[in-house]
Amino acid sequence: MQFGIFTVGDVTTDPTTGYTPTEHERIKNTVAIALKAEEVGLDVFATGEHHNPPFIPSSPTTTLGFIAAQTTRLILSTSTTLITTNDPVKIAEDFSVLQHLSDGRVDVMLGRGNTGPVYPWFGEDIRQGIPLAIEKYALLRRLWDEDVVDWEGKFRTPLQGFTATPRPLDGVPPFVWHGSIRSPEIAEQAAYYGDGFFSNHIFWPAEHTAKMIAFYRQRFEQYGHGDASQAIVGLGGQVFMRKNSQDAVNEFRPYFDNAPVYGHGPTMEDFTSQTPLTVGSPQEVIDRTLGFRDYVGDYQRQLFLMDHAGLPLKTVLEQLDLLGEEVVPVLRREFAVNRPADVPDAPTHASLVAARDAADAVSEDGADVKPVEVK
Amino acid sequence: MSAKNLVVISAGLSQPSSTRMLGDRLAAATVEALKTVGADETGIDVDGDDVTVQTFELRDVATDIMNNMLTGFPSPKLQKVIDAVTSADGLIAVTPIFTTSYSGLFKSFFDVIDTEALTGLPVVIGATAGTPRHSLALDYAIRPMFMYLHANVVTTAVFAASEDWGSGADTVKTLPERIERAASELAPLVAASTRSSQVRDPFAIDGSLSPVGGFQPS
Repeated sequence: MQFGIFTVGDVTTDPTTGYTPTEHERIKNTVAIALKAEEVGLDVFATGEHHNPPFIPSSPTTTLGFIAAQTTRLILSTSTTLITTNDPVKIAEDFSVLQHLSDGRVDVMLGRGNTGPVYPWFGEDIRQGIPLAIEKYALLRRLWDEDVVDWEGKFRTPLQGFTATPRPLDGVPPFVWHGSIRSPEIAEQAAYYGDGFFSNHIFWPAEHTAKMIAFYRQRFEQYGHGDASQAIVGLGGQVFMRKNSQDAVNEFRPYFDNAPVYGHGPTMEDFTSQTPLTVGSPQEVIDRTLGFRDYVGDYQRQLFLMDHAGLPLKTVLEQLDLLGEEVVPVLRREFAVNRPADVPDAPTHASLVAARDAADAVSEDGADVKPVEVK
Repeated sequence: MSAKNLVVISAGLSQPSSTRMLGDRLAAATVEALKTVGADETGIDVDGDDVTVQTFELRDVATDIMNNMLTGFPSPKLQKVIDAVTSADGLIAVTPIFTTSYSGLFKSFFDVIDTEALTGLPVVIGATAGTPRHSLALDYAIRPMFMYLHANVVTTAVFAASEDWGSGADTVKTLPERIERAASELAPLVAASTRSSQVRDPFAIDGSLSPVGGFQPS
Protein backbone atom coordinates (compact mmCIF):
# COMPACT_ATOMS: atom_id res chain seq x y z
CA MET A 1 0.00 0.00 0.00
CA GLN A 2 1.18 3.51 -0.83
CA PHE A 3 1.12 6.45 1.55
CA GLY A 4 1.68 10.03 0.66
CA ILE A 5 0.51 13.61 0.78
CA PHE A 6 -1.47 15.81 -1.53
CA THR A 7 -1.43 19.57 -1.62
CA VAL A 8 -3.96 22.10 -2.75
CA GLY A 9 -1.31 24.78 -3.08
CA ASP A 10 -3.21 27.57 -1.34
CA VAL A 11 -1.52 30.77 -0.22
CA THR A 12 -3.37 31.41 3.02
CA THR A 13 -2.68 33.85 5.82
CA ASP A 14 -1.66 32.14 9.03
CA PRO A 15 -4.59 33.11 11.29
CA THR A 16 -2.43 32.91 14.41
CA THR A 17 0.26 35.34 13.21
CA GLY A 18 -1.35 37.23 10.35
CA TYR A 19 1.59 36.25 8.16
CA THR A 20 0.95 35.59 4.47
CA PRO A 21 3.69 33.84 2.52
CA THR A 22 4.59 35.20 -0.89
CA GLU A 23 3.86 33.05 -3.93
CA HIS A 24 7.60 32.50 -4.22
CA GLU A 25 7.80 31.23 -0.65
CA ARG A 26 4.78 29.02 -1.09
CA ILE A 27 6.24 27.41 -4.21
CA LYS A 28 9.58 26.83 -2.52
CA ASN A 29 7.81 25.51 0.57
CA THR A 30 5.88 23.07 -1.58
CA VAL A 31 9.16 21.67 -2.86
CA ALA A 32 10.54 21.48 0.69
CA ILE A 33 7.42 19.59 1.74
CA ALA A 34 7.77 17.13 -1.14
CA LEU A 35 11.44 16.50 -0.33
CA LYS A 36 10.48 15.96 3.30
CA ALA A 37 7.89 13.43 2.17
CA GLU A 38 10.64 11.34 0.59
CA GLU A 39 12.95 11.84 3.56
CA VAL A 40 10.40 10.51 6.05
CA GLY A 41 9.63 7.48 3.90
CA LEU A 42 6.39 8.41 2.21
CA ASP A 43 5.68 7.02 -1.25
CA VAL A 44 3.70 9.70 -3.07
CA PHE A 45 3.59 13.46 -3.46
CA ALA A 46 0.67 14.91 -5.41
CA THR A 47 -0.11 18.50 -6.25
CA GLY A 48 -3.37 20.12 -7.26
CA GLU A 49 -3.82 22.40 -10.24
CA HIS A 50 -5.31 25.88 -10.04
CA HIS A 51 -5.43 28.88 -12.30
CA ASN A 52 -6.55 31.56 -9.90
CA PRO A 53 -5.20 33.26 -6.79
CA PRO A 54 -4.68 32.43 -3.96
CA PHE A 55 -3.32 29.20 -5.42
CA ILE A 56 0.15 28.64 -6.89
CA PRO A 57 0.18 25.28 -8.68
CA SER A 58 -0.74 26.31 -12.22
CA SER A 59 2.04 24.26 -13.79
CA PRO A 60 2.21 20.93 -11.95
CA THR A 61 4.66 19.11 -14.19
CA THR A 62 7.18 21.95 -13.83
CA THR A 63 7.04 21.61 -10.06
CA LEU A 64 7.01 17.83 -10.16
CA GLY A 65 9.99 17.78 -12.55
CA PHE A 66 11.92 20.00 -10.17
CA ILE A 67 11.07 17.66 -7.31
CA ALA A 68 11.91 14.61 -9.40
CA ALA A 69 15.42 15.96 -9.89
CA GLN A 70 15.96 16.07 -6.13
CA THR A 71 14.40 12.76 -5.16
CA THR A 72 15.03 9.14 -5.99
CA ARG A 73 12.11 7.15 -4.69
CA LEU A 74 9.07 9.42 -4.42
CA ILE A 75 6.21 8.88 -6.88
CA LEU A 76 5.04 12.20 -8.33
CA SER A 77 1.37 12.65 -8.97
CA THR A 78 -1.40 15.20 -9.16
CA SER A 79 -4.57 15.94 -7.23
CA THR A 80 -5.95 16.66 -9.71
CA THR A 81 -4.95 17.41 -13.29
CA LEU A 82 -7.83 19.19 -14.97
CA ILE A 83 -8.95 16.93 -17.78
CA THR A 84 -11.79 19.29 -18.63
CA THR A 85 -9.85 22.46 -19.40
CA ASN A 86 -6.39 21.17 -20.36
CA ASP A 87 -5.61 19.99 -23.85
CA PRO A 88 -5.19 16.20 -23.74
CA VAL A 89 -2.29 16.55 -26.16
CA LYS A 90 -0.45 18.73 -23.66
CA ILE A 91 -1.27 16.38 -20.78
CA ALA A 92 0.03 13.40 -22.78
CA GLU A 93 3.25 15.20 -23.65
CA ASP A 94 3.91 16.88 -20.30
CA PHE A 95 3.50 13.66 -18.37
CA SER A 96 5.51 11.62 -20.85
CA VAL A 97 8.42 14.03 -20.47
CA LEU A 98 8.03 13.88 -16.70
CA GLN A 99 8.01 10.09 -16.92
CA HIS A 100 11.31 10.06 -18.79
CA LEU A 101 12.95 12.60 -16.48
CA SER A 102 11.84 10.78 -13.33
CA ASP A 103 12.55 7.29 -14.67
CA GLY A 104 8.93 6.33 -14.40
CA ARG A 105 8.16 7.77 -10.96
CA VAL A 106 4.99 9.44 -12.12
CA ASP A 107 1.28 8.84 -12.33
CA VAL A 108 -1.58 11.25 -12.79
CA MET A 109 -4.95 11.85 -11.19
CA LEU A 110 -7.54 13.39 -13.44
CA GLY A 111 -10.35 15.57 -12.15
CA ARG A 112 -12.83 18.03 -13.50
CA GLY A 113 -12.18 21.04 -11.33
CA ASN A 114 -14.90 22.96 -9.56
CA THR A 115 -13.78 26.55 -10.04
CA GLY A 116 -16.47 27.96 -12.30
CA PRO A 117 -14.53 30.68 -14.14
CA VAL A 118 -11.67 28.32 -15.07
CA TYR A 119 -13.91 26.72 -17.68
CA PRO A 120 -14.67 29.90 -19.63
CA TRP A 121 -11.09 31.12 -19.16
CA PHE A 122 -10.06 28.03 -21.09
CA GLY A 123 -12.92 28.29 -23.54
CA GLU A 124 -15.12 25.60 -22.00
CA ASP A 125 -18.52 25.37 -20.31
CA ILE A 126 -18.80 23.92 -16.78
CA ARG A 127 -22.13 22.36 -17.69
CA GLN A 128 -20.21 20.14 -20.10
CA GLY A 129 -17.91 18.92 -17.32
CA ILE A 130 -18.74 15.24 -17.67
CA PRO A 131 -18.74 15.10 -21.50
CA LEU A 132 -15.44 17.03 -21.47
CA ALA A 133 -13.87 14.61 -19.01
CA ILE A 134 -15.05 11.64 -21.03
CA GLU A 135 -14.05 12.81 -24.47
CA LYS A 136 -10.73 14.30 -23.46
CA TYR A 137 -9.68 11.24 -21.50
CA ALA A 138 -10.60 8.95 -24.36
CA LEU A 139 -8.27 11.02 -26.54
CA LEU A 140 -5.52 11.11 -23.90
CA ARG A 141 -5.70 7.32 -23.69
CA ARG A 142 -5.22 6.98 -27.42
CA LEU A 143 -2.38 9.52 -27.54
CA TRP A 144 -0.48 7.39 -25.04
CA ASP A 145 -1.51 3.97 -26.31
CA GLU A 146 -1.24 4.51 -30.07
CA ASP A 147 1.75 5.87 -31.97
CA VAL A 148 -0.27 7.58 -34.67
CA VAL A 149 -3.69 9.01 -33.92
CA ASP A 150 -6.47 10.16 -36.23
CA TRP A 151 -9.12 11.77 -34.08
CA GLU A 152 -12.15 13.94 -34.30
CA GLY A 153 -14.35 15.02 -31.42
CA LYS A 154 -16.53 17.76 -30.11
CA PHE A 155 -14.26 19.68 -27.80
CA ARG A 156 -10.95 19.91 -29.62
CA THR A 157 -9.65 20.57 -33.06
CA PRO A 158 -9.24 17.30 -35.01
CA LEU A 159 -5.95 15.43 -35.27
CA GLN A 160 -4.75 13.66 -38.39
CA GLY A 161 -1.64 11.53 -38.31
CA PHE A 162 -0.62 12.95 -34.94
CA THR A 163 2.05 11.42 -32.74
CA ALA A 164 2.31 12.67 -29.16
CA THR A 165 5.96 12.99 -28.35
CA PRO A 166 7.95 11.72 -26.56
CA ARG A 167 6.38 8.27 -26.52
CA PRO A 168 5.75 7.04 -22.96
CA LEU A 169 8.75 5.60 -21.14
CA ASP A 170 9.24 1.93 -22.11
CA GLY A 171 6.03 2.23 -24.12
CA VAL A 172 4.02 2.20 -20.89
CA PRO A 173 2.00 5.34 -20.06
CA PRO A 174 1.66 6.66 -16.52
CA PHE A 175 -0.99 4.95 -14.44
CA VAL A 176 -4.18 7.02 -14.31
CA TRP A 177 -6.39 7.71 -11.32
CA HIS A 178 -9.73 9.42 -11.68
CA GLY A 179 -10.62 11.67 -8.78
CA SER A 180 -14.15 12.55 -7.86
CA ILE A 181 -16.22 13.53 -4.89
CA ARG A 182 -19.73 12.90 -6.04
CA SER A 183 -20.02 11.96 -9.72
CA PRO A 184 -20.86 8.33 -10.39
CA GLU A 185 -20.07 8.99 -14.05
CA ILE A 186 -16.40 9.39 -13.15
CA ALA A 187 -16.42 6.18 -11.11
CA GLU A 188 -17.99 4.52 -14.13
CA GLN A 189 -15.27 5.91 -16.38
CA ALA A 190 -12.49 4.71 -14.06
CA ALA A 191 -14.10 1.26 -13.91
CA TYR A 192 -14.50 1.07 -17.67
CA TYR A 193 -10.80 1.59 -18.30
CA GLY A 194 -9.66 -0.41 -15.29
CA ASP A 195 -7.98 2.74 -13.98
CA GLY A 196 -7.69 3.78 -10.36
CA PHE A 197 -10.46 5.65 -8.57
CA PHE A 198 -9.56 8.21 -5.95
CA SER A 199 -12.17 9.49 -3.58
CA ASN A 200 -11.28 12.88 -2.20
CA HIS A 201 -13.06 11.67 0.94
CA ILE A 202 -12.13 14.62 3.12
CA PHE A 203 -15.08 16.92 2.58
CA TRP A 204 -17.86 14.36 2.69
CA PRO A 205 -19.23 11.88 5.17
CA ALA A 206 -17.67 8.44 5.09
CA GLU A 207 -21.01 6.87 4.22
CA HIS A 208 -20.97 8.69 0.89
CA THR A 209 -17.41 7.62 0.10
CA ALA A 210 -18.29 4.04 0.96
CA LYS A 211 -21.15 3.99 -1.56
CA MET A 212 -19.08 5.62 -4.27
CA ILE A 213 -16.21 3.15 -3.86
CA ALA A 214 -18.62 0.19 -3.76
CA PHE A 215 -20.15 1.40 -7.01
CA TYR A 216 -16.71 1.72 -8.65
CA ARG A 217 -15.65 -1.73 -7.45
CA GLN A 218 -18.81 -3.33 -8.76
CA ARG A 219 -18.46 -1.68 -12.16
CA PHE A 220 -14.73 -2.55 -12.31
CA GLU A 221 -15.69 -6.19 -11.95
CA GLN A 222 -18.52 -5.93 -14.48
CA TYR A 223 -16.12 -4.48 -17.05
CA GLY A 224 -13.96 -7.56 -16.64
CA HIS A 225 -10.85 -6.13 -15.01
CA GLY A 226 -10.90 -8.54 -12.09
CA ASP A 227 -12.78 -9.09 -8.90
CA ALA A 228 -14.38 -6.06 -7.23
CA SER A 229 -11.91 -6.47 -4.38
CA GLN A 230 -9.06 -6.00 -6.87
CA ALA A 231 -10.14 -2.58 -8.09
CA ILE A 232 -7.56 0.19 -7.50
CA VAL A 233 -8.81 2.53 -4.81
CA GLY A 234 -7.26 5.65 -3.33
CA LEU A 235 -8.51 7.82 -0.48
CA GLY A 236 -7.83 11.29 0.78
CA GLY A 237 -7.36 12.02 4.44
CA GLN A 238 -6.71 15.04 6.57
CA VAL A 239 -4.90 15.04 9.88
CA PHE A 240 -3.23 17.24 12.41
CA MET A 241 -1.16 15.59 15.12
CA ARG A 242 0.73 16.31 18.27
CA LYS A 243 2.03 13.82 20.81
CA ASN A 244 -0.74 14.90 23.13
CA SER A 245 -4.18 14.93 21.62
CA GLN A 246 -5.30 18.12 23.35
CA ASP A 247 -2.24 20.00 22.08
CA ALA A 248 -3.22 19.07 18.53
CA VAL A 249 -6.78 20.26 19.08
CA ASN A 250 -5.69 23.57 20.58
CA GLU A 251 -3.06 24.26 17.97
CA PHE A 252 -5.17 23.31 14.93
CA ARG A 253 -8.42 24.99 15.98
CA PRO A 254 -7.62 28.50 14.70
CA TYR A 255 -6.52 27.03 11.37
CA PHE A 256 -9.70 24.98 11.18
CA ASP A 257 -11.94 27.86 12.18
CA ASN A 258 -10.47 30.11 9.50
CA ALA A 259 -9.76 27.53 6.78
CA PRO A 260 -10.86 28.74 3.34
CA VAL A 261 -12.88 25.63 2.60
CA TYR A 262 -14.89 25.00 5.76
CA GLY A 263 -13.96 27.83 8.10
CA HIS A 264 -16.59 29.83 9.95
CA GLY A 265 -18.96 26.91 9.53
CA PRO A 266 -19.30 23.77 11.61
CA THR A 267 -17.31 23.28 14.77
CA MET A 268 -14.12 21.26 14.48
CA GLU A 269 -15.77 18.60 16.63
CA ASP A 270 -18.75 18.32 14.25
CA PHE A 271 -16.51 18.27 11.22
CA THR A 272 -14.25 15.57 12.63
CA SER A 273 -17.23 13.42 13.45
CA GLN A 274 -18.83 13.94 10.03
CA THR A 275 -15.71 13.67 7.83
CA PRO A 276 -12.38 11.80 8.04
CA LEU A 277 -10.58 14.85 9.51
CA THR A 278 -8.61 13.66 12.54
CA VAL A 279 -7.07 16.06 14.99
CA GLY A 280 -5.26 14.34 17.82
CA SER A 281 -2.39 12.03 18.70
CA PRO A 282 -0.58 9.83 16.19
CA GLN A 283 -2.39 6.85 17.71
CA GLU A 284 -5.76 8.48 17.04
CA VAL A 285 -4.72 9.09 13.44
CA ILE A 286 -3.64 5.46 13.14
CA ASP A 287 -6.92 4.18 14.54
CA ARG A 288 -9.07 6.42 12.37
CA THR A 289 -7.14 5.67 9.20
CA LEU A 290 -7.22 1.93 9.76
CA GLY A 291 -10.98 2.32 10.06
CA PHE A 292 -11.22 3.48 6.44
CA ARG A 293 -10.65 -0.11 5.36
CA ASP A 294 -13.84 -1.11 7.16
CA TYR A 295 -15.95 0.80 4.67
CA VAL A 296 -13.97 0.80 1.42
CA GLY A 297 -12.20 -2.55 1.65
CA ASP A 298 -8.47 -3.17 1.20
CA TYR A 299 -7.18 -0.30 -0.85
CA GLN A 300 -4.05 0.87 -2.58
CA ARG A 301 -3.25 4.48 -1.86
CA GLN A 302 -3.75 6.81 1.10
CA LEU A 303 -2.92 10.49 0.66
CA PHE A 304 -3.09 13.05 3.44
CA LEU A 305 -3.69 16.77 3.16
CA MET A 306 -1.15 18.37 5.51
CA ASP A 307 -0.14 21.81 4.28
CA HIS A 308 -3.20 24.00 3.95
CA ALA A 309 -5.10 26.75 5.77
CA GLY A 310 -2.02 28.83 6.49
CA LEU A 311 -0.07 26.27 8.52
CA PRO A 312 3.57 27.45 8.60
CA LEU A 313 6.22 25.36 6.86
CA LYS A 314 7.87 24.45 10.15
CA THR A 315 4.63 22.98 11.45
CA VAL A 316 3.97 21.07 8.24
CA LEU A 317 7.46 19.55 8.34
CA GLU A 318 6.89 18.51 11.96
CA GLN A 319 3.62 16.93 10.90
CA LEU A 320 5.44 15.01 8.20
CA ASP A 321 7.99 13.77 10.73
CA LEU A 322 5.17 12.41 12.87
CA LEU A 323 3.44 10.94 9.85
CA GLY A 324 6.57 9.25 8.55
CA GLU A 325 8.00 8.11 11.86
CA GLU A 326 5.02 7.22 13.98
CA VAL A 327 1.98 6.74 11.78
CA VAL A 328 2.84 5.29 8.40
CA PRO A 329 5.07 2.43 9.64
CA VAL A 330 2.20 1.23 11.82
CA LEU A 331 -0.32 1.70 9.01
CA ARG A 332 1.88 -0.33 6.64
CA ARG A 333 2.09 -3.15 9.14
CA GLU A 334 -1.57 -3.11 10.14
CA PHE A 335 -3.02 -2.71 6.64
CA ALA A 336 -0.98 -5.77 5.59
CA VAL A 337 -2.70 -7.88 8.24
CA ASN A 338 -5.38 -10.07 6.69
CA ARG A 339 -4.95 -8.39 3.32
CA PRO A 340 -5.85 -11.04 0.74
CA ALA A 341 -2.92 -12.04 -1.47
CA ASP A 342 -4.87 -11.34 -4.64
CA VAL A 343 -5.53 -7.69 -3.77
CA PRO A 344 -2.97 -5.87 -5.91
CA ASP A 345 -0.69 -3.04 -4.87
CA ALA A 346 -1.09 0.30 -6.60
CA PRO A 347 0.37 -0.02 -10.10
CA THR A 348 3.82 1.53 -10.58
CA HIS A 349 5.86 1.98 -13.72
CA ALA A 350 7.84 -1.18 -12.89
CA SER A 351 4.72 -3.25 -12.28
CA LEU A 352 3.06 -1.98 -15.46
CA VAL A 353 6.15 -2.79 -17.53
CA ALA A 354 6.32 -6.25 -15.97
CA ALA A 355 2.61 -6.84 -16.66
CA ARG A 356 3.01 -5.72 -20.26
CA ASP A 357 6.08 -7.96 -20.75
CA ALA A 358 4.29 -10.92 -19.21
CA ALA A 359 1.33 -10.40 -21.52
CA ASP A 360 3.66 -10.11 -24.53
CA ALA A 361 5.49 -13.29 -23.54
CA VAL A 362 2.24 -15.22 -23.30
CA SER A 363 1.03 -14.00 -26.69
CA GLU A 364 4.38 -14.89 -28.29
CA ASP A 365 3.94 -18.40 -26.93
CA GLY A 366 0.84 -18.58 -29.04
CA ALA A 367 -1.46 -18.71 -26.05
CA ASP A 368 -4.98 -17.57 -26.52
CA VAL A 369 -4.79 -13.94 -25.49
CA LYS A 370 -7.58 -11.71 -26.54
CA PRO A 371 -7.39 -7.97 -26.16
CA VAL A 372 -10.00 -6.53 -23.89
CA GLU A 373 -13.03 -5.96 -25.98
CA VAL A 374 -14.05 -2.35 -26.23
CA LYS A 375 -17.74 -1.65 -26.42
CA MET B 1 -53.29 1.16 -1.44
CA SER B 2 -49.97 2.68 -0.54
CA ALA B 3 -49.04 4.87 2.40
CA LYS B 4 -48.56 8.57 1.74
CA ASN B 5 -46.04 10.91 3.30
CA LEU B 6 -46.98 14.51 3.80
CA VAL B 7 -44.24 16.89 4.94
CA VAL B 8 -44.58 20.36 6.40
CA ILE B 9 -41.62 22.74 6.23
CA SER B 10 -42.04 25.83 8.35
CA ALA B 11 -39.55 28.66 8.35
CA GLY B 12 -41.26 30.45 11.24
CA LEU B 13 -38.90 31.70 13.88
CA SER B 14 -40.93 32.56 16.97
CA GLN B 15 -42.43 30.19 19.50
CA PRO B 16 -45.32 29.77 18.99
CA SER B 17 -45.15 30.67 15.34
CA SER B 18 -48.10 31.72 13.19
CA THR B 19 -46.22 30.29 10.21
CA ARG B 20 -46.11 26.91 11.92
CA MET B 21 -49.77 27.31 12.77
CA LEU B 22 -50.61 27.89 9.11
CA GLY B 23 -48.57 24.81 8.17
CA ASP B 24 -50.42 22.71 10.73
CA ARG B 25 -53.80 23.93 9.46
CA LEU B 26 -52.87 23.14 5.88
CA ALA B 27 -51.66 19.67 6.88
CA ALA B 28 -54.82 18.90 8.83
CA ALA B 29 -56.99 20.11 5.98
CA THR B 30 -55.03 18.02 3.47
CA VAL B 31 -55.40 14.88 5.57
CA GLU B 32 -59.10 15.63 5.81
CA ALA B 33 -59.38 16.18 2.06
CA LEU B 34 -57.52 12.94 1.40
CA LYS B 35 -60.34 11.04 3.08
CA THR B 36 -62.74 12.12 0.38
CA VAL B 37 -60.29 11.61 -2.44
CA GLY B 38 -59.13 8.40 -0.92
CA ALA B 39 -62.53 6.81 -0.61
CA ASP B 40 -63.54 7.68 -4.14
CA GLU B 41 -60.38 7.33 -6.12
CA THR B 42 -57.56 5.56 -4.43
CA GLY B 43 -58.98 3.68 -1.50
CA ILE B 44 -56.66 5.39 0.93
CA ASP B 45 -57.42 4.58 4.52
CA VAL B 46 -56.72 7.91 6.11
CA ASP B 47 -58.02 6.79 9.47
CA GLY B 48 -55.53 3.97 9.44
CA ASP B 49 -51.82 4.62 9.26
CA ASP B 50 -51.79 5.39 5.58
CA VAL B 51 -51.00 9.08 5.81
CA THR B 52 -47.98 10.21 7.76
CA VAL B 53 -47.48 13.88 8.47
CA GLN B 54 -43.96 14.99 9.37
CA THR B 55 -43.47 18.59 10.40
CA PHE B 56 -40.08 20.28 10.46
CA GLU B 57 -39.23 23.74 11.73
CA LEU B 58 -36.18 25.01 9.91
CA ARG B 59 -35.11 26.88 13.01
CA ASP B 60 -34.11 23.49 14.45
CA VAL B 61 -31.65 22.94 11.61
CA ALA B 62 -30.74 26.57 10.94
CA THR B 63 -27.06 26.14 11.78
CA ASP B 64 -26.92 22.89 9.84
CA ILE B 65 -28.31 24.62 6.76
CA MET B 66 -25.65 27.31 6.87
CA ASN B 67 -22.93 24.72 7.57
CA ASN B 68 -24.11 22.79 4.51
CA MET B 69 -23.72 25.94 2.45
CA LEU B 70 -20.17 26.34 3.73
CA THR B 71 -19.00 22.73 3.60
CA GLY B 72 -21.07 21.34 0.75
CA PHE B 73 -22.62 18.46 2.66
CA PRO B 74 -25.49 18.16 5.12
CA SER B 75 -25.13 17.06 8.73
CA PRO B 76 -26.94 13.82 9.58
CA LYS B 77 -29.68 15.88 11.26
CA LEU B 78 -30.27 18.01 8.17
CA GLN B 79 -30.00 14.99 5.89
CA LYS B 80 -33.06 13.54 7.63
CA VAL B 81 -35.10 16.64 6.84
CA ILE B 82 -33.89 16.73 3.23
CA ASP B 83 -34.66 13.04 2.77
CA ALA B 84 -38.15 13.55 4.19
CA VAL B 85 -38.86 16.39 1.76
CA THR B 86 -37.40 14.76 -1.33
CA SER B 87 -39.26 11.50 -0.75
CA ALA B 88 -42.57 13.10 0.27
CA ASP B 89 -45.82 12.65 -1.64
CA GLY B 90 -46.78 16.21 -0.82
CA LEU B 91 -45.08 19.24 0.66
CA ILE B 92 -46.60 22.10 2.57
CA ALA B 93 -44.03 24.89 2.53
CA VAL B 94 -44.68 27.93 4.68
CA THR B 95 -42.53 30.94 5.37
CA PRO B 96 -42.83 34.32 6.98
CA ILE B 97 -42.45 37.21 4.55
CA PHE B 98 -39.31 39.16 5.38
CA THR B 99 -38.40 42.29 3.45
CA THR B 100 -40.86 41.57 0.63
CA SER B 101 -39.92 37.90 0.14
CA TYR B 102 -39.37 34.45 1.68
CA SER B 103 -37.12 34.41 4.71
CA GLY B 104 -33.45 33.75 4.06
CA LEU B 105 -33.68 30.57 6.11
CA PHE B 106 -36.49 29.24 3.93
CA LYS B 107 -34.58 29.97 0.73
CA SER B 108 -31.32 28.62 2.13
CA PHE B 109 -32.96 25.30 2.94
CA PHE B 110 -34.12 24.87 -0.63
CA ASP B 111 -30.75 26.12 -1.86
CA VAL B 112 -28.92 23.16 -0.31
CA ILE B 113 -31.27 20.58 -1.81
CA ASP B 114 -30.32 19.09 -5.16
CA THR B 115 -32.06 21.12 -7.87
CA GLU B 116 -33.56 18.00 -9.41
CA ALA B 117 -34.77 16.41 -6.19
CA LEU B 118 -38.16 18.17 -6.09
CA THR B 119 -39.18 17.55 -9.68
CA GLY B 120 -42.87 16.69 -9.77
CA LEU B 121 -43.36 17.09 -6.02
CA PRO B 122 -46.90 18.28 -5.20
CA VAL B 123 -46.59 21.48 -3.15
CA VAL B 124 -48.83 23.94 -1.39
CA ILE B 125 -47.16 27.23 -0.55
CA GLY B 126 -48.17 29.45 2.32
CA ALA B 127 -46.87 32.61 3.92
CA THR B 128 -47.50 34.84 6.89
CA ALA B 129 -46.85 38.50 7.50
CA GLY B 130 -47.96 41.40 9.61
CA THR B 131 -50.08 42.90 6.87
CA PRO B 132 -51.99 41.58 3.85
CA ARG B 133 -50.08 44.00 1.64
CA HIS B 134 -47.29 41.39 1.31
CA SER B 135 -49.58 38.66 -0.01
CA LEU B 136 -48.33 38.76 -3.59
CA ALA B 137 -44.88 37.68 -2.41
CA LEU B 138 -46.28 34.16 -2.64
CA ASP B 139 -46.74 34.56 -6.36
CA TYR B 140 -43.78 36.68 -7.34
CA ALA B 141 -41.14 35.03 -5.14
CA ILE B 142 -42.13 31.72 -3.63
CA ARG B 143 -44.05 30.20 -6.53
CA PRO B 144 -41.31 30.96 -9.10
CA MET B 145 -38.74 29.27 -6.89
CA PHE B 146 -40.75 26.05 -6.88
CA MET B 147 -41.48 26.37 -10.56
CA TYR B 148 -37.75 26.59 -11.21
CA LEU B 149 -37.37 23.35 -9.28
CA HIS B 150 -40.14 21.79 -11.41
CA ALA B 151 -42.25 21.11 -8.36
CA ASN B 152 -45.97 20.82 -8.95
CA VAL B 153 -47.36 23.83 -7.06
CA VAL B 154 -51.15 23.99 -6.71
CA THR B 155 -52.79 27.15 -7.93
CA THR B 156 -54.06 28.27 -4.54
CA ALA B 157 -51.45 29.73 -2.25
CA VAL B 158 -52.46 30.66 1.27
CA PHE B 159 -51.45 33.91 2.83
CA ALA B 160 -52.27 34.68 6.44
CA ALA B 161 -51.82 38.21 7.72
CA SER B 162 -51.83 38.81 11.44
CA GLU B 163 -55.43 40.02 11.29
CA ASP B 164 -56.53 36.74 9.66
CA TRP B 165 -56.06 35.10 13.06
CA GLY B 166 -58.53 37.45 14.74
CA SER B 167 -60.63 40.52 14.18
CA GLY B 168 -60.23 42.33 10.90
CA ALA B 169 -59.86 39.07 8.97
CA ASP B 170 -61.10 38.72 5.42
CA THR B 171 -64.76 37.78 5.81
CA VAL B 172 -65.50 37.12 2.13
CA LYS B 173 -62.79 34.56 1.47
CA THR B 174 -61.94 33.51 5.00
CA LEU B 175 -58.65 31.91 5.99
CA PRO B 176 -60.28 28.52 6.70
CA GLU B 177 -61.89 28.62 3.24
CA ARG B 178 -58.60 29.43 1.57
CA ILE B 179 -56.86 26.66 3.52
CA GLU B 180 -59.56 24.19 2.53
CA ARG B 181 -59.34 25.15 -1.11
CA ALA B 182 -55.56 24.70 -1.20
CA ALA B 183 -55.84 21.39 0.64
CA SER B 184 -58.48 20.13 -1.76
CA GLU B 185 -56.13 20.92 -4.65
CA LEU B 186 -53.18 19.21 -3.01
CA ALA B 187 -55.00 16.06 -1.84
CA PRO B 188 -55.60 14.39 -5.25
CA LEU B 189 -51.97 15.02 -6.21
CA VAL B 190 -50.79 13.44 -2.97
CA ALA B 191 -53.14 10.50 -3.50
CA ALA B 192 -51.74 9.93 -6.98
CA SER B 193 -48.10 10.37 -5.97
CA THR B 194 -45.75 7.39 -5.89
CA ARG B 195 -42.77 9.42 -4.74
CA SER B 196 -42.54 7.95 -1.25
CA SER B 197 -42.50 4.39 -2.56
CA GLN B 198 -39.90 5.04 -5.23
CA VAL B 199 -36.40 3.71 -4.72
CA ARG B 200 -33.89 6.39 -5.59
CA ASP B 201 -30.50 5.32 -6.85
CA PRO B 202 -27.97 8.07 -6.16
CA PHE B 203 -25.64 6.31 -8.58
CA ALA B 204 -28.11 6.12 -11.43
CA ILE B 205 -26.30 7.08 -14.58
CA ASP B 206 -28.00 8.62 -17.56
CA GLY B 207 -28.54 5.81 -20.06
CA SER B 208 -26.99 7.90 -22.80
CA LEU B 209 -23.64 8.02 -21.02
CA SER B 210 -20.89 6.21 -22.86
CA PRO B 211 -17.65 5.91 -20.91
CA VAL B 212 -15.74 6.56 -24.11
CA GLY B 213 -17.83 9.46 -25.33
CA GLY B 214 -19.49 10.00 -28.65
CA PHE B 215 -16.99 8.07 -30.72
CA GLN B 216 -15.46 4.61 -30.72
CA PRO B 217 -11.79 4.19 -29.94
CA SER B 218 -10.21 1.99 -32.60
